[in-house]
Amino acid sequence: MSLAYYPGCTLKNHASHFEQSAIRAMEKLGMPMTEMKDWVCCGTVYSQTTDDLMLQLASIRNLLRAESQGIDELAVLCSMCYNTIRRAKDFIDSDKENLRKVNQFMYKEPLEYTGKVQVTHLLPILRDRITFEKVKEKVVNALTGLKVGAYYGCLLVRPEAYAIDDFEDPSIIEDLFTALGADSRAFPYRLECCGAYQTITRKDVTAKRTYELINSAWETGCETIVTSCPLCAFNLDQRQKLAQETFHTFRTMPVFYFTELMSIALGGGWDEDWVKLHEIDPRPLLREKGLLPEVRS
Amino acid sequence: MRYVISRKKMHNPLLQKLQELSGQNVFDCYQCGNCSSGCAVVEYMDIKPNQVLRLAQLGAIDEILASETIWICSTCLQCSSRCPKGIDVSRVMEAARTINLRQRIGVVEPTSVSQEDLKDVPPIVLVSVFRKLSG
Repeated sequence: MSLAYYPGCTLKNHASHFEQSAIRAMEKLGMPMTEMKDWVCCGTVYSQTTDDLMLQLASIRNLLRAESQGIDELAVLCSMCYNTIRRAKDFIDSDKENLRKVNQFMYKEPLEYTGKVQVTHLLPILRDRITFEKVKEKVVNALTGLKVGAYYGCLLVRPEAYAIDDFEDPSIIEDLFTALGADSRAFPYRLECCGAYQTITRKDVTAKRTYELINSAWETGCETIVTSCPLCAFNLDQRQKLAQETFHTFRTMPVFYFTELMSIALGGGWDEDWVKLHEIDPRPLLREKGLLPEVRS
Repeated sequence: MRYVISRKKMHNPLLQKLQELSGQNVFDCYQCGNCSSGCAVVEYMDIKPNQVLRLAQLGAIDEILASETIWICSTCLQCSSRCPKGIDVSRVMEAARTINLRQRIGVVEPTSVSQEDLKDVPPIVLVSVFRKLSG
């Protein structure tokens, strides 16, 4: 059984290790992923004003194209794409007038949009379709002793109607890592905002957020943070440099996409090329835990 | 902050605009302060989220539009998820930003992004900042 997925813009460049590791991990779990064709940017952020149908078009265009490719369920990897597409779908599907208007913009598409495609994130698929028991059975390289802090951020759990788990006290990523053999630790700031796009407009805000979030993870005994959002990953990993310049007591921490560690645990391996996409080199931690077999000098 | 209440201001047409754009009834707010206490970036705000709602009730929309607060909010939805009255506070913030942006106030120009950032940041950052802050 194959799983159709929507990668989104950043998984083709700055977060290509997210996509590649997800492909490896899902292959090992017996549910290979197929990329949907002709996708476009989803718009990254859901527009919350009531009168701007225009800003929903990109997300809907993706769903229309998925529909015309015979896809029933579209798995999204990036938290932001998931949230944007899912909410745009509901906004349009719930109102016939919106649906009619949106279809008028789709005159160049082969079919009309009807709203048949279901949108879901990769994590609920792992929990509900594959199940964590099965994931546990497939582990060949358990993450024993690795203290992992799951960072949910905003868009996996808010608004409540679109949360992939309990919106105030989720455990889906922790449960996944427990199944992978890791020591999952819920750190207090795991649901807090990372500063998002303020990373350009208000660097001071982002530096402080990164400092507080990473500190909270250290204080809970985590050695690394895992996320599924490329924007959070950028703020939490790449902006640690900024946090270090601003706060001299700051201690850096490697940050992973959850799929990277999944790939290691399930025998899909970890690619040396992925180091370039990390700001804080995760190799010392992986070596310490015996998770990086081939050591290059 | 100091603010003089007047009947005239309470009939501010911008209040209706704010409520229309956000789809929220600001008069639902009873000032419990849950939104402000949960906000991750509240320390950078000149007026707190609950104060934004109080000002809106009094028709003080100009004060809201001129605040730093609406630009600091990055729509993490913590306030909205915790409001006991079900007000989507982040939509009120977005509506206030939108009223400004449609008059080209507060627009982030592409040229204002530094070369260093252009080289470093992933596309997801650029798309989101321009979707949110270019109107």
